[in-house]
Amino acid sequence: MEGLSPEEWTAVRLSLKVAFVAMAASLIPGIAIAFLLERGRFWGRQALDVLVHLPLVLPPVVVGWFLLIGFGRRGPIGVFLAEQFGIVFSFRWTGAALACAIMGFPLLVRAIRLSIAAVDRKLEDAAGTLGAHPAWVFGVVTLPLILPGIIAGMVLSFAKAMGEFGATITFVSSIPGETQTIPSAIYAYTQVPGGEGGAMRLTLVSIVISIGALWLSEWLARRVRRRVHA
Amino acid sequence: MILDVDIRHRQGGFALEARFQSDGRLTALFGPSGSGKTTIVNAVSGLVRPDHAHIVVQGRVLMDTKKNIVVPKHRRRIGYVFQEGRLFPHLNVRHNLLFGRWFTPKDARTANFDHLVDLLGIGHLLDRRPSTLSGGEKQRVAIGRALLADPQLLLMDEPLASLDEARKSEIYPYIERLRDEGGVPIVLVSHSVAEIARLATSVVVLSDGQVMASGPAVEVLRHTNYFAQSGLTEAGALIEAQVSRHDETYDLTVLQARAGRLSVPRLPHPIGTSLRVRLRARDIILSLKAPEGLSALNVLPGFISSIDDAEGASVDVQLDCGGDPVVARVTRKSVEELGLKPGLAVHAIIKSIAFDPEALGVTGGENM
Repeated sequence: MEGLSPEEWTAVRLSLKVAFVAMAASLIPGIAIAFLLERGRFWGRQALDVLVHLPLVLPPVVVGWFLLIGFGRRGPIGVFLAEQFGIVFSFRWTGAALACAIMGFPLLVRAIRLSIAAVDRKLEDAAGTLGAHPAWVFGVVTLPLILPGIIAGMVLSFAKAMGEFGATITFVSSIPGETQTIPSAIYAYTQVPGGEGGAMRLTLVSIVISIGALWLSEWLARRVRRRVHA
Repeated sequence: MILDVDIRHRQGGFALEARFQSDGRLTALFGPSGSGKTTIVNAVSGLVRPDHAHIVVQGRVLMDTKKNIVVPKHRRRIGYVFQEGRLFPHLNVRHNLLFGRWFTPKDARTANFDHLVDLLGIGHLLDRRPSTLSGGEKQRVAIGRALLADPQLLLMDEPLASLDEARKSEIYPYIERLRDEGGVPIVLVSHSVAEIARLATSVVVLSDGQVMASGPAVEVLRHTNYFAQSGLTEAGALIEAQVSRHDETYDLTVLQARAGRLSVPRLPHPIGTSLRVRLRARDIILSLKAPEGLSALNVLPGFISSIDDAEGASVDVQLDCGGDPVVARVTRKSVEELGLKPGLAVHAIIKSIAFDPEALGVTGGENM
């Protein structure tokens, strides 16, 4: 079997970029939302919880369509962002990242939320009696203790982004070099005669990346757990 | 005044209404579980916000609901040693110890790290992780961590409850040293009479969210009715005695108190050591005449100073034995039959086994 063609390399690089940006951009909002949902006592918490989890249960195509009408060239948010900040999502790789971030968001939030629930709040109380302001307590006690959960959430988000297809292709289509990630490239190969070779190569690449990400996360999580709980 | 507390708080079906003051170097909050001890220390530390409270520590108002003053917990400078230690699992012992120091104002940092580490005997643990420590070691580190934040008061919520007897007696000396060094005043939550008899200089007795009694340990402990719900058999008089000689022939140690001589099974302490001895009220028999032909070694002559009011079968008879307070718990029937009344000369007969080693604490002689 021969190596990847330049087009295939482009799809791989693009997929990695999209997945990484999606993961990185959703990290801080993910931690914040996880805290709100786990610790917050406010009106509408239930509604927020449902909203965050919607991408998990909705057909991806539906999410993509929502993005299209919201963030598209004529969508109200899309128009606002383009005019105010010059950020354009439609038919750009940034749009693919947005779609992937939203699809992976519930997984990220769930993993972090579980680890927040597992934090012994008595440790935070103890830190308070030692003179630590709540913000410091978060930074030096809570955050280190939930780090394994954050890593797990990041890997899930990254993996979801690597495999995202429905929402991405609906929202930003499959433009080679701009929005054609590995899944949409594989799909494109299967639609043309003689594309089996390319589909197989990209499939192998995505398997390798997935296994690598899993292995990396296990390794990181084990290191952190040893530091946190040893 | 070190501690001035007035708290009213309702939590579910439990109502706490506690008011007391203490100037003790070590104030014990005593009471059965559910009596409100932990709620009080949590309110003082700021972990619980009572409905109504006036809390003053060393002249600093920490909470005054009437004036809308609530100092947040991280600014109270109240050290807290929890029942379960609560060491930070992601930090080693050294960083646990230094945690509070980062947040202490620079000019308030007086606690000496090396001295405290030495006093608590934890120097060899500094690079270890909390999960590798024994229960007793964890509690010593927790005490050090609280003290290194330079608190104005140290709260200890049954810090030894999860430890077995051997571990407890390993930690008692450290608490005694802290008490006697004259640094931070301590409030100790306890439900063991033996423990407070050994450690406390002042005692606050709580029952169902109410203060039953408060005052110097010597005064409070000799009224056994305060301990009716728990530890009735443990309450009694605290007296100070010196080791005067060791009797190798019979393997005994002779102690000298103002009340007289007391023989106890051989103690390890050198001659001249000051000891705090607890004479449990239940273990004392009263006799009108000097007893003869008894196997008990310890008989203290004295006068009845007062007889406590009582409703049940038993009553506390308070004695003055050469200036030492002694209390005997006898039946009301005996009081009547023997004609016991204040001023009467009696002999207090003490079984030597009544000296339980747990209460034999070395004292600094303060507040006794």
